[in-house]
Amino acid sequence: MADDKVIEVRNLTKKFGDFTAVDHVSFDVFQGEIFGFLGANGAGKTTAMRMLCGLSIPTSGEGKVAGYDVYRQAEDIKRNIGYMSQRFSLYEDLRVYDNMKLFAGIYGVPRKEIPARIDEMLQRLGLSEIKYKMVGELPLGWKQRLAFSVAILHRPRVIFLDEPTGGVDPSTRRQFWEMIYEAADGGITIFVTTHYMDEAEYCNRVSMMVDGKIVALDSPKNLKAGYGLSSMSQVFDLIARGALRSE
Amino acid sequence: MRQDDYAKYAVFADSLEKSFGKKEDKVVAVKGVSLRVEKGELYGIIGPDGAGKTTLFRILATLMLPDSGTAYVDGFDISGDYRLIRDRLGYMPGKFSLYPDLTVKENLEFFASVFGTTIKENYHLIKDIYERLEPFEKRKASKLSGGMKQKLALCCALIHFPDILFLDEPTTGVDPSSRREFWDMLSSIRKYGISVVVSTAYMDEASRCDRISMMSQGRFIGTGTPAEIIDSFDRRLIAVSSDEMFRLLRDLRDISDVDYCYTFGDVHHVVLREDSLASPDNLSAVLVDKFKHENVAAAYCKPTMEDCFMLYESKLV
Repeated sequence: MADDKVIEVRNLTKKFGDFTAVDHVSFDVFQGEIFGFLGANGAGKTTAMRMLCGLSIPTSGEGKVAGYDVYRQAEDIKRNIGYMSQRFSLYEDLRVYDNMKLFAGIYGVPRKEIPARIDEMLQRLGLSEIKYKMVGELPLGWKQRLAFSVAILHRPRVIFLDEPTGGVDPSTRRQFWEMIYEAADGGITIFVTTHYMDEAEYCNRVSMMVDGKIVALDSPKNLKAGYGLSSMSQVFDLIARGALRSE
Repeated sequence: MRQDDYAKYAVFADSLEKSFGKKEDKVVAVKGVSLRVEKGELYGIIGPDGAGKTTLFRILATLMLPDSGTAYVDGFDISGDYRLIRDRLGYMPGKFSLYPDLTVKENLEFFASVFGTTIKENYHLIKDIYERLEPFEKRKASKLSGGMKQKLALCCALIHFPDILFLDEPTTGVDPSSRREFWDMLSSIRKYGISVVVSTAYMDEASRCDRISMMSQGRFIGTGTPAEIIDSFDRRLIAVSSDEMFRLLRDLRDISDVDYCYTFGDVHHVVLREDSLASPDNLSAVLVDKFKHENVAAAYCKPTMEDCFMLYESKLV
């Protein structure tokens, strides 16, 4: 498995003044894995994610994402990852095709390849017929699927999903997770944060962050067995209760 | 003037409608919503983003007029007597709306003075919550964390001792443990007889309410106590798992007895066709024999609020 590491982090630390937001964090994420990154508000998840996305330079420690160093190769990292947040970033008053073309260009997909990739992606999603529709006219579930596909159009090795399903209705939320499964099946690594504990159960492995440190990291099954609890929600409560700091 | 017929309800709303936009682009945000909230009740409006919850709250908080329909808050008409309603109402919008340049204490003092009262007079109401903010009394509101902003906003909505409190998605984006803490605070407020109407997209929070309405696409699709909603689930529901969960989902959808199925934490929930005679044992036999799944487990299970929401929503179409 050693060669399959898409994220490799050792003692990664970020300090803001005398506040240690991320405190000597170490973990690996493997190719094709769905990795759940959990923690209470203020635990340090966002700061850690920003470092992994090449948006923030660590104070100390080591980190490699998609084979690139977080200190020296931040621009290479940005080109080789995908990112999607809770509020999808598609332009509502651009057509589906134009949105995809725009983002493909920004992510550096070769110009000649863009139309073919867009068609292939739309076909795979079963959304070919809406190619020339305004994004604003689409139902939430479709927009979300589009935002996800736009984020993987440049074929990144890993996609970071920051609370992708917040406030979304139960069926759309589940459709979204089926798409995550499919992408992971196709070899893309998924790094995801969520406040829905049933979604933690869908991950291959889950890490729990408390006060800047990773205090637990294992498969949901092993975590539950280890704590003698029946759901990830109970595991989260037990672990988060130990937190000293809040947001 | 107070309408006696409606004064026994904290909220009485009938056939509220509200649309935005012009002809072709018209979006109906609230469609024929009727609602009765009893005095002292903790009432939940449960639904995803875009269901119309905020529009409904803005109408009831007298910030927006409906296109049609009527509503009374504490017996007062939302269109004619809005000033009287505002005296009796605490409203916490979904978006943080305190003054970022005022300190914690200044914000609270400001809201108290606007309503002609003082912090001292009603301090007992907010004591439990405000104690956690006190170390930061001199900090500007803009410098507070999300959790603390939320607590301060709740204090500001409570400081004039309202009869009724409207909280629009107070727990959005908040982690599970802090959400639980917030609901505990709400429960403690109720001992003062304040009626509370609260909206949320987290379905699991429904169980913390006395009664709820589930809202989807502008409409109420189910109303009752959480137990009544769960009991109204009139289909057979089976929880299934195997060693290959993603393949299992697809295979289940190929079985003719299955009406629909979806992921649900570490199991999949299967809703059987109404005319199906299949049992969990039949289902697991098919999965083992035909689809070659290993470690199959299948058993009837109790629906949750999300199962109910999806069932009611499917009935809408």
